[in-house]
Amino acid sequence: MDKGVRHTISVSVVNEFGVLSRIAGLFSGRGFNIESLCVAETLDPKVSRMTIVTTGDDRILEQITKQLNKLVNVIKVYDLTGEEYFERELALIKVNIKQDTRTEILSIVDIFRAKIVDVSPRSYTLEVTGDENKIRAITELLRPFGIKEIVRTGRIALGRSPKAK
Amino acid sequence: MKKSGAEIFLECLKKEKVDTIFGYPGGAVLPIYDVLYKADMRHILVRHEQGAVHMADGYARASGRPGVVLVTSGPGATNTVTGLATAYSDSIPMVVFTGQVPTALIGNDAFQEADIVGITRPCTKHNYLVKDVKDLARIVKEAFYIATTGRPGPVLIDLPKDVQTAVTDFSYPDNVDIPSYQPNLKGHSGQIKKALKLILASERPVIYAGGGVISSNAAAELTSFVRKLGIPVTNTLMGLGGFPGDDPLFMGMLGMHGTYAANMAMTNTDCLIAIGSRFDDRVTGKIDEFVPYAKIIHLDVDPTSISKNVAVDIPIVGDIKNVLKVMLKELTGAAKFKRSIKAWRTEIDGWAATHTLSAKQDKKKKIRPQYVVDRLYALTKGDAIITTEVGQNQMWSAQFYKYKNPRTFLTSGGLGTMGYGLPAAIGAQVAFPEKTVIDIAGDGSIQMNIQELATAVDQKLPVKIAILNNRFLGMVRQWQELFFDKRYSSTCIGNKPDFVKLIEAYGGVGLRAKTPDEVDNVIKQALKITDRPVLMDFVVDATEDVYPMVPAGQPLNKMLLV
Repeated sequence: MDKGVRHTISVSVVNEFGVLSRIAGLFSGRGFNIESLCVAETLDPKVSRMTIVTTGDDRILEQITKQLNKLVNVIKVYDLTGEEYFERELALIKVNIKQDTRTEILSIVDIFRAKIVDVSPRSYTLEVTGDENKIRAITELLRPFGIKEIVRTGRIALGRSPKAK
Repeated sequence: MKKSGAEIFLECLKKEKVDTIFGYPGGAVLPIYDVLYKADMRHILVRHEQGAVHMADGYARASGRPGVVLVTSGPGATNTVTGLATAYSDSIPMVVFTGQVPTALIGNDAFQEADIVGITRPCTKHNYLVKDVKDLARIVKEAFYIATTGRPGPVLIDLPKDVQTAVTDFSYPDNVDIPSYQPNLKGHSGQIKKALKLILASERPVIYAGGGVISSNAAAELTSFVRKLGIPVTNTLMGLGGFPGDDPLFMGMLGMHGTYAANMAMTNTDCLIAIGSRFDDRVTGKIDEFVPYAKIIHLDVDPTSISKNVAVDIPIVGDIKNVLKVMLKELTGAAKFKRSIKAWRTEIDGWAATHTLSAKQDKKKKIRPQYVVDRLYALTKGDAIITTEVGQNQMWSAQFYKYKNPRTFLTSGGLGTMGYGLPAAIGAQVAFPEKTVIDIAGDGSIQMNIQELATAVDQKLPVKIAILNNRFLGMVRQWQELFFDKRYSSTCIGNKPDFVKLIEAYGGVGLRAKTPDEVDNVIKQALKITDRPVLMDFVVDATEDVYPMVPAGQPLNKMLLV
């Protein structure tokens, strides 16, 4: 698959069973790439919002947005790339601790405005929120201490401009 | 008014003015079949569910009205998949109802349970599982709306058995309200103006028209647009009949087995006007060398078709009939333009004269399949509805029968489904009992849905089957001859069965022609039969190939000629 630029696409869909499968099937069936996909209900319980991160050149992205729009359950497709938008991801990281590493880890937690959500004799579990770079940076810094487990939500995004709904 | 799900099903179909259902009963649709037992609704009992879907497809293509199918759960439902994929590829409106195990059993691997909604998601325009009988009427209304609007396509509704028996108040909605489904039917007026300007400034324009012209019922508009401007036209396989095949401006089909004139015109045009066509690989040949000198205008109702394979200069999204009407209204200077492109037309006529399609028959030699199609054309005066199977029979039917009207050439273009032609012919004959309907078949393809002969006999449908019998899977054999050094791997199917005896066993009429002299007589006899199916077995020369041919991956002007 052609690499190209990474795009963050926001998709409003009718909240029905099978919608996720339709969208996932569209991506796999046409050979489009999904880096991450998040979905949850909006204020209107009949509508869900998906944030899909994908890569491709202009032509592929044009096809992705058109094909998404063609699905009967899709209400709106908005490619946020190229304008101002916020992007956040949450990660839970379980990191090894020792007597002499605790303070250092705590200072990283502090710098990244992460939170310690669980403590055990041998590990901290941290919660950190941020854009992709921040999550990557904290993971890199914690890696030498030994990351036992990590789980990430995938990205969600919201445009700044009023039309980017 | 309280009604059961099964009764609601029937009422909804009546509201949608459905007159015929193609179906096959089974455990999970018994409540519906019980309602049909005394209902005023024609039900065509098929012999295989795939046949039912192709019949509904043929019915829809011939009549323009959506086809309706009813089958049971599990294997009944999975047998519809090829038919659905065929209709989806060619944008044919249809609504398929499948029975399903009761809602309480769904997901339990119950007897004859299949996740048909999951299975058919990629080969339907949309599909539904009805979980509550209260939603049934709305869903049927939506299904017909979705199937027939925008770019048409098949819609499937999965009906659990308990939903069919559950009772609720019935009222059929007057309107459809699907905010997330709003096809754009009106072309952008600025784009239309730009397109007209580009056309009028061109010197070597070509119209490349596809199946969209037919599904939009825009053949009349296209014809008058073409005749006003004098622009030469080529049709895709799906587009045949969308412009009169006997018009002097018609260059024939383009693409892999297109005419020399059409493919040369594509190679040399400076302005390609694509109308309801989708730049399929069988049309474009090598994509980098497709229309090297042309600016491209593309009219299509489906935005995803635009700039999918080939980047387009002026896209117009909208219903073709609407857009062409506006174009006709805004058109000025047509007569002057028509005169200005005379040299281009002469050039095309030159190409057409260099390499013509020939159906010539040496009376001392074996029957040529092309000659058979040519005689079918002559003896039906071009007024028949032709269906085809897939392969050489399909290409010769496209090349040698001239289609004057839309909805008279029914073929599986996108998916290329062998076994399509016979059931499609039955469907077309149901829609038009008085017309001559002929399935031009190969001896391979016909056997893929041969069981539907019983349906035709049952229903006293006089469909004609013309088998171009070459004892081979001919198109594959042709590729093996040309590209695999004549290693005919698994393509010789031999001289069996005896098709004449076979149709006689079913209760139809069988005729055979072994020499060129017998061809006309067989066709004439067949055309006289009006109360049962008739099969014409033409024993043809097995070495005949379809030409011209653009080998896969080659540009359109690199044709192999006879």
